[in-house]
Amino acid sequence: MKILAIESSCDETAAAVIENGRKVLSNIIASQIPTHQIYGGVVPEIASREHLEAVVAVVDQAIKVSGCTFSDIDAIAVTKGPGLVGSLLVGVSYGKALAMALDKPLIGVHHLEGHIMANFLEHPDLTFPFLALVVSGSHSGLIWVEDFGKYRPLGQSRDDAAGEAFDKIARALGLPYPGGPAIQKAALGGDSHKYDFPRAWLESDSYDFSFSGLKSSVLNFLNQCRMKNESISVPDIAASVQEAIVDVLAEKAIRGAVAEKTGTIVLAGGVAANGKLRERLESNEHGIRIISPSLVFCTDNAAMIGAAAFGKYERREFEDFSLNASASLAIFA
Amino acid sequence: MELVSHCVEETFQLGEKIGKYIVPGSILALCGDLGAGKTALSQGIAKGLGITEQVVSPTFTLIQEYEGGRLPLYHMDMYRLETEREFSQLGLEDYFNSSGVIVIEWAERLGELLPADHIAIHIQYLSERERKITVSYDESKFMQQPTWLEEVFSDENISH
Repeated sequence: MKILAIESSCDETAAAVIENGRKVLSNIIASQIPTHQIYGGVVPEIASREHLEAVVAVVDQAIKVSGCTFSDIDAIAVTKGPGLVGSLLVGVSYGKALAMALDKPLIGVHHLEGHIMANFLEHPDLTFPFLALVVSGSHSGLIWVEDFGKYRPLGQSRDDAAGEAFDKIARALGLPYPGGPAIQKAALGGDSHKYDFPRAWLESDSYDFSFSGLKSSVLNFLNQCRMKNESISVPDIAASVQEAIVDVLAEKAIRGAVAEKTGTIVLAGGVAANGKLRERLESNEHGIRIISPSLVFCTDNAAMIGAAAFGKYERREFEDFSLNASASLAIFA
Repeated sequence: MELVSHCVEETFQLGEKIGKYIVPGSILALCGDLGAGKTALSQGIAKGLGITEQVVSPTFTLIQEYEGGRLPLYHMDMYRLETEREFSQLGLEDYFNSSGVIVIEWAERLGELLPADHIAIHIQYLSERERKITVSYDESKFMQQPTWLEEVFSDENISH
């Protein structure tokens, strides 16, 4: 059973072919393909719509690498939201057209559901239920995953997502983008207890996350150092910032897993790649198993959309051709 | 018009008043450094509009849409964008012609692409907690003057 999946919710145009929801036959991301291959040697003028230009070539490449033909595909899956409507529409429209032309079912997938289900690609032994810690540039949240299609958010971001805090603080420290890996790298050799940056625990029973205060606190600190002409240690600050973010993410995730009496936490989203976060979670005293995707499946990709679509395929949850892209899709609506 | 906010809660409250009085088709251009309180102000605006959904920073997603209030709120963030090519991919024109409320963080990055009939809100650092908030607009660019702003600044009674 093969699913062709298309993802175009944000910066990346991506396509993948997934077999039985677990096996990745191909996983193509536009930025990996040489530009001339997509544009036929002509780099588009300013104002081109990049997803639109890329989607056909990316899908063709995904089919080619998978060793399949379009007729081997059993269903077409697309990210329906959330994201930029203009970008999403490219994937949704092309997916619809393919489904119609090939006479195959169409499956719409929530982007975050994809991130969570990415874990099945490399951990075939993973079973429901489990707790998912979703941490990316746009989202931080704890989601109880009962089964495919059965989700209960325990907590969510109240302001800046974890990845966003990394990005913005990295920029203030003069570190490159994306900030997560940059801060992790800069933190090596730094003293993570040098600075006690604030942890927003929020209400004692809350699983929500807030990283806006941490961001402001670090910026204030840097401003003060600048005004007093004090030199700063980037490794110490980076390590302390990482410590503050990891503290909150790990504490809430472990507390959530204990409360829900589950033995498994799965990580999802770009920040799931953070080594310190994994290390901290893995050192938990409750014997909770920590599952995380490898880097290529942490960041935006289409393979994860195919993995999530498989559950919907089994339940015969298909979309008709009125499927529309939605910028703000409530979690797993 | 200007005021001094003494804490993030006050910034939020100003937003709430703005959300209460703002009219369809308004474009608010928010400018201020990281951590100045742009998102907090936006969250207040959402509350004032009657939006109950959690409003979060749109930095990564670039545009967040919130329905369910008195008017739709389109919350945008230009922080990550730098080139005209990137802006052109957002389809901003469609939003600028809508009858919702548009709030744009880091709006100064848009330059010429920002419609002239916008209301600029500058949030400036005074100290760790205090901010100077300045509201300004070019009267000559408005067909209908944004008189609702006077109501915002004269509203002393708002719960929080």
